[in-house]
Amino acid sequence: MTATTLPAARASGFAQKAPGATSEIIFRWACASAATLLLATLSGVVISLAIGGWPAFHTFGFQFLTSTTWDPVGEVYGAAGPIAGTLITAFLALLMALPLAMGASIFLVEFAPARLSRPIAMAIELLAGIPSIVYGMWGLFVFAPWFAEHVQMPLMMAATPGSWLETLVQGVPNGANIFTASMILAIMILPYMAAVFRELLLTVPAQVREAGYGLGCTPFEVMKSVTVPYVGQGMIGVIMLGLGRALGETMAVTFIIGNAHNFPKSMFDSGSTIASTIASEFAEASSPEHTAALIALGFVLFVITFIVLAIARILLARSKR
Amino acid sequence: MAKEFGIARARNRRIINAVFVGACGIATFIALAALVMILWSLVIQGIGGIDAKIFTMTQPAPGSEGGLSNAITGSLIMCGLGMFIALVVGILAGTWLSEYGGKTRYGQVVRFMNDVLLSAPSILIGLFVYGILVAPFHGFSALAGAVALGILAVPVVTRTTEDILNLQPNTLREAGMALGATRAFVTRKIVWRSAAAGLVTAGLLGFARISGETAPLLFTSLGNQFFSVNLTQPMASLPTTIFQFALSAYDDWRRLAWVGALLIATAVLTINIIGRVLSRESHR
Repeated sequence: MTATTLPAARASGFAQKAPGATSEIIFRWACASAATLLLATLSGVVISLAIGGWPAFHTFGFQFLTSTTWDPVGEVYGAAGPIAGTLITAFLALLMALPLAMGASIFLVEFAPARLSRPIAMAIELLAGIPSIVYGMWGLFVFAPWFAEHVQMPLMMAATPGSWLETLVQGVPNGANIFTASMILAIMILPYMAAVFRELLLTVPAQVREAGYGLGCTPFEVMKSVTVPYVGQGMIGVIMLGLGRALGETMAVTFIIGNAHNFPKSMFDSGSTIASTIASEFAEASSPEHTAALIALGFVLFVITFIVLAIARILLARSKR
Repeated sequence: MAKEFGIARARNRRIINAVFVGACGIATFIALAALVMILWSLVIQGIGGIDAKIFTMTQPAPGSEGGLSNAITGSLIMCGLGMFIALVVGILAGTWLSEYGGKTRYGQVVRFMNDVLLSAPSILIGLFVYGILVAPFHGFSALAGAVALGILAVPVVTRTTEDILNLQPNTLREAGMALGATRAFVTRKIVWRSAAAGLVTAGLLGFARISGETAPLLFTSLGNQFFSVNLTQPMASLPTTIFQFALSAYDDWRRLAWVGALLIATAVLTINIIGRVLSRESHR
């Protein structure tokens, strides 16, 4: 009976292949080299950026990082403007996105009815999948004009000349500036941070929470003193991950930051980030020096994001254990 | 006295709690509102422009009729090639992490680097490919674009593959081994097969990740006004065309950019949803 249901050919094929030590070695080798290829790619990125950017580092030395002059015609390159723009927009975005991401994920895990929680969580995750360039177009054509008319203009009108507010809000009222770029960035990293944070909250054991409620705590007190401290390290990981995203985001920022190389002087000043500078100038770079300076910028961005992402991953891995 | 104090305190705690829950609800609402507003503008601005010409005609000069067929074709070709690279490397690397060396020191380093690569700025990958494929051969090409997209999709596929394979019950592997099959044979014919839906998900998520990528294409495949299927020449893609058209001064180009953005967003969202549904089924 068994002999007829199990095709003989297949059975024997199985038996023949089983001792196949050669195929085992080849397969194992293929898998291991694919893994190594990943490592090689990342090292390749570092090395190629370092080599490509070397002329700029060599010519300008430390000045490359501190000078605000970016002059492709005179062949003088200083990256302080884009570096400042990158850090400012990323931190502002984080400041805006963090409370929203925390609130949303806490709501979904703790308070939302189970039937709503799943679809809403999925919708927020879908937001993370929308391409950066779509955010950029929306930011430039829909959000920026609205913001200029309803927020920027009134603020500029209201500010008394010479006051600190006036310094803060001065700029061209077209909505393309550091602040709106940060807001768009915040919307972009929000779903991403909310998703990771939600996963973290789901790892908190029910008993820990119940112990808090058993003491008569309100949900807020349980959150504040039990759940959030429980995932503490992972939270910092989430923040760093969001920061890493915001630092390297390119297209949306390129659309809406105004692309000026100056060191930003106010909240509504136009500026640039490392990524937006590379995106808008690279294909048209006129000289080898210009290209080298842009690749050097890329190297700086890589170093910053690598440090941030490394810290994030280490903290997240530790807290999930 | 003490009792009154207790009641007042309890009330305060209740109020603080209510404010907190409300604030969390509002945060969720804001996140959802952003999604709805973006999709709404996309549909409003883009839906009117969708007709047969979009898919049959190539990109126009300002003021004349045209579509996005060269950009759509280019995107499909480059994403397809990129996914081929990503699937081969990603599935093998994910398999190695799950079945062979994932617990070793080297495995941990690889996993860590993969995670870093997963969130590394895509524009840097573009610069890297420019350095190894464009600059040495003095020319932007579709092939370079595909390699850049491939590199971006590999970490997604690797990560998802490892997760999916780790979910496969060990009894499956033991059963295969007990019959005398080699590890490689068990992995390919039993573990991969039972994880098939999950591996498809890995591919879909990778595809969704790269189909909207713009930055790395700006200096690898560059873009092309004309219809081209030549892999050694610059090739148009939807994202780069949207970028060029959106920032142009012509109204009809901007309208096409919105249509393109709607097409891409629809595609990405659809692929994401399919991927998620499939992966939920394979997790069961």
